[in-house]
Amino acid sequence: MATSEPLTASAAAAATLALLEGQRPATAPEQVPAAVSLPTVTVTAAPTSDQRKRTPLWIWGAALAAAAIVLLGGKGGLISNFTYLQLSLVLVYAIAVLGLNLLTGFNGQISLGHGAFFAVGAYTAAILIDRYDVSYLLALPAAALVCFVAGFLFGLPALRLEGHYLALATFALATTVPQMLKYRHIEGLTGGVQGINLIKPDAPFGVALSSDQWMYLVVLAMAVLMFWLARNLLDSRPGRALMAVRDQPLAASTMGIDIARTKAITFGISALYVGVAGALHAIIFEFVSPDSFRFDLSVALLVGAVVGGIASLPGALIGGLFVQVIDKYADALTKMLTESVHLPLELEPWTIYGVLLIALMYVMPGGVAGGLAGLARRWKMRAP
Amino acid sequence: MEQLLQQIASGLASGAIYACVALALVMIFTATDHLNFAQGEMAMFSTYLCWQFMQSGLGFWTALAATVALSFLIGVLIERFILRPLAGASVLSSVVVFIGLLAIFHSLAGGIWSHTIKQFPSPFPSTTLGAGIIGGHQIGMVAVTLVMLGLLFSFFRFTSLGLAMRAAAQNPVSARLVGVRVDWMLALGWGLAAAIGAVAGAMVAPVVYLEPNMMTSVLLYGFAGALVGGISSPGGAVFGGFLVGVIENLVAYFGNLTEKLFGVYVIGNGEKLTVALIIVITILTLKPAGLFGRVITKRV
Amino acid sequence: MAALLEVEGLKAYYGASEALHGIGFTLAQGGITTILGANGAGKTTCLRALAGMVRRLGSIRFDGRAIERLATEDIARLGVAHVPEGRGTFTGLTVDENLRVAAHTRRDAAAVRDDLERVFAYFPRLKERVAQQAGTLSGGEQQMLAIGRALMLRPRLMLLDEPSFGLAPLVVQEIFRIMRRINEEAGVSVLLVEQNAALALDLASEAYVLETGTVVLHGRAADVKKDEGIRKSYLGY
Repeated sequence: MATSEPLTASAAAAATLALLEGQRPATAPEQVPAAVSLPTVTVTAAPTSDQRKRTPLWIWGAALAAAAIVLLGGKGGLISNFTYLQLSLVLVYAIAVLGLNLLTGFNGQISLGHGAFFAVGAYTAAILIDRYDVSYLLALPAAALVCFVAGFLFGLPALRLEGHYLALATFALATTVPQMLKYRHIEGLTGGVQGINLIKPDAPFGVALSSDQWMYLVVLAMAVLMFWLARNLLDSRPGRALMAVRDQPLAASTMGIDIARTKAITFGISALYVGVAGALHAIIFEFVSPDSFRFDLSVALLVGAVVGGIASLPGALIGGLFVQVIDKYADALTKMLTESVHLPLELEPWTIYGVLLIALMYVMPGGVAGGLAGLARRWKMRAP
Repeated sequence: MEQLLQQIASGLASGAIYACVALALVMIFTATDHLNFAQGEMAMFSTYLCWQFMQSGLGFWTALAATVALSFLIGVLIERFILRPLAGASVLSSVVVFIGLLAIFHSLAGGIWSHTIKQFPSPFPSTTLGAGIIGGHQIGMVAVTLVMLGLLFSFFRFTSLGLAMRAAAQNPVSARLVGVRVDWMLALGWGLAAAIGAVAGAMVAPVVYLEPNMMTSVLLYGFAGALVGGISSPGGAVFGGFLVGVIENLVAYFGNLTEKLFGVYVIGNGEKLTVALIIVITILTLKPAGLFGRVITKRV
Repeated sequence: MAALLEVEGLKAYYGASEALHGIGFTLAQGGITTILGANGAGKTTCLRALAGMVRRLGSIRFDGRAIERLATEDIARLGVAHVPEGRGTFTGLTVDENLRVAAHTRRDAAAVRDDLERVFAYFPRLKERVAQQAGTLSGGEQQMLAIGRALMLRPRLMLLDEPSFGLAPLVVQEIFRIMRRINEEAGVSVLLVEQNAALALDLASEAYVLETGTVVLHGRAADVKKDEGIRKSYLGY
């Protein structure tokens, strides 16, 4: 089965995750995929491996189209800088939702606190750039590393926690982070309640792009890289171990997968994704403050993951789009709703989030991506 | 010394509130194995209802009684119409639904009553006792909590409905076999939890003021209390609630003391939530069964 | 004698798989009937289907009334007391509470107290342990508690699933003796599922033998017991 995979890709993924292999007996590995093929008991839509293999084309196509937007739209003045910022934010949230998907969708660990890692990534980048004059291109990997370590360390004690308890621990983390950021002794670094102001970087080498256009390209490149890495991770042996832990923990451990280690590393990787998103957000938004990272953010990411499809890579993109659209247009949307139905109160974005979350659990537990895939399957079956 | 006593007294007072919330959480957990992340927001919403009743001219206690009744009804309806259809769904689905409820209650409260902070009256005299060690409202909080706990205890101990609820929570299959309508017991449990939350909200609102975020730290401390006592033990939850209330205040006290003695700020009221987080993580990792709870074994 | 329970074409399902393939039998008022068969023959499923604990199709008439669509708790309230495999006692409640919970809908405290005394008359050991947590009881005592709890429902029919499971022979004999008394004195009909066929045939008057979800044999318990061929081929002793 390994021959059908792009060789370099799986090698890269395997290298990043070589740690996972550590304690596996030499005889076991070939049996690991068997655990994955066992029937799953979760409600999440687990994509089959051939589904996953089709995604990269889709992603590359989308990326090319997205890059073309810059060259055509920007040059013709059709797309404003503001719109580029919006598009960038969609991609940023998509990366964050993807990180949450890896943990919750593919590894089965529920996190209500990924806003915390988003904040850590954002602050790491902001502090490095503002206080230490580090280039944003170096701040990104630094934020990724810091978040991986933070996620791994948080994941270590959290590993012993099942389902609800992990949700509770992360819930507590998410509600606490804004307060921790205001801690008096780190005010020198974090700027306390004021936060940190940044300046958006210009395009290098005198390239004729506005900084919003340039950052859009940077974010796009990062998004493609992160999606590419995620896909290859999931197709690699460690990736299958990661899903086996979700589906059949007992079987996985008898086959030599170190569950604790797999979970902690997945937590770290997931935090890394969210941290990169947070860092990008800080740079393009030019500002971080404790109150940008309240529990709302964790809820928004969860909504994005659930709406897009909790175990779906393309779903993360839908989720990112959704988070940004609701964030941006909720006020307008609710105003419209309020006026058209004559509601006696002002609806807020959270109301939409809440209703959608609950409704989706009823009608589309696989998210929009899962729902579309289901429709496509039905349509195919009906077609001759 | 006097300051220390003062801190312990106010710790017990806020502990009373945490005990209520912890008890509400334990009630839903023992019946359904779910942690209700929306418990705090439901209590906050109830408190707004109480405020609304008072605005329309009702006295404090009448308004509270009406609120408790209405909250009970809301709890029952939530169980029957939102959670019932998802019975047997995955942990993720239930957590997501609870977060959905949290978001709805939070935003509805903001939408209906706005996010500006409101005063909430205390029904208790503002005199202090014991040379200023404990205030009238604090004594009232503790008294109301103890009375409510006593009522609940009697209900579960001495009435056949309470017995049926305990049986349903312990072993729903066997409970059905002896004719207990388990579904209704779950709804009843939700109703009671919502009613307890309403009382907790109305008691804490004069202290923290009325606003949509008022229950955030209360909920976190409620969780901490429930975990300390063991999430499946009602008595433990009450004890745990009082304990974390005292811990919270002692931390602030000693933080203050070190700052005064050594001139170094380590910890204070600004780290309230962080303290709760530390308690939660510590208990979850070191003693997940709490001090009195049974060990939760995982079914594979 | 009028039939208390009439079952026709009863099918039962675990998820999508059919575990009972349309069985039928009747149970006489005041009688003791046993259902025998090897492991996995569908005996327990049959009782669970009668008690409304699994998805089922077919007709179940209890005292002339169709109960195949009723919920478990409503069937129990009609007077069909199921004593499940593994006893299902409320381990965190006391013995007293375990018994009382089965009478939780009844308002008449004096009548409930009388019923309690009757249970203690059958099982004096439960009276000695009345304030103990059920989880601290021995296996035999738990079985007694489960039967006692069923009695508190004032049942007309008791569905007994493997009462001998995991118990010492002497305890089993005691429990079976008491079951006969309950049947005779309180007039409770019994449908008994039992691995120990010899014991069950001693107690019962009628016997059905199940094999892979269908009735393969029906007869008077005494006849089944005498017939060596049946014993050898179906009951394995």
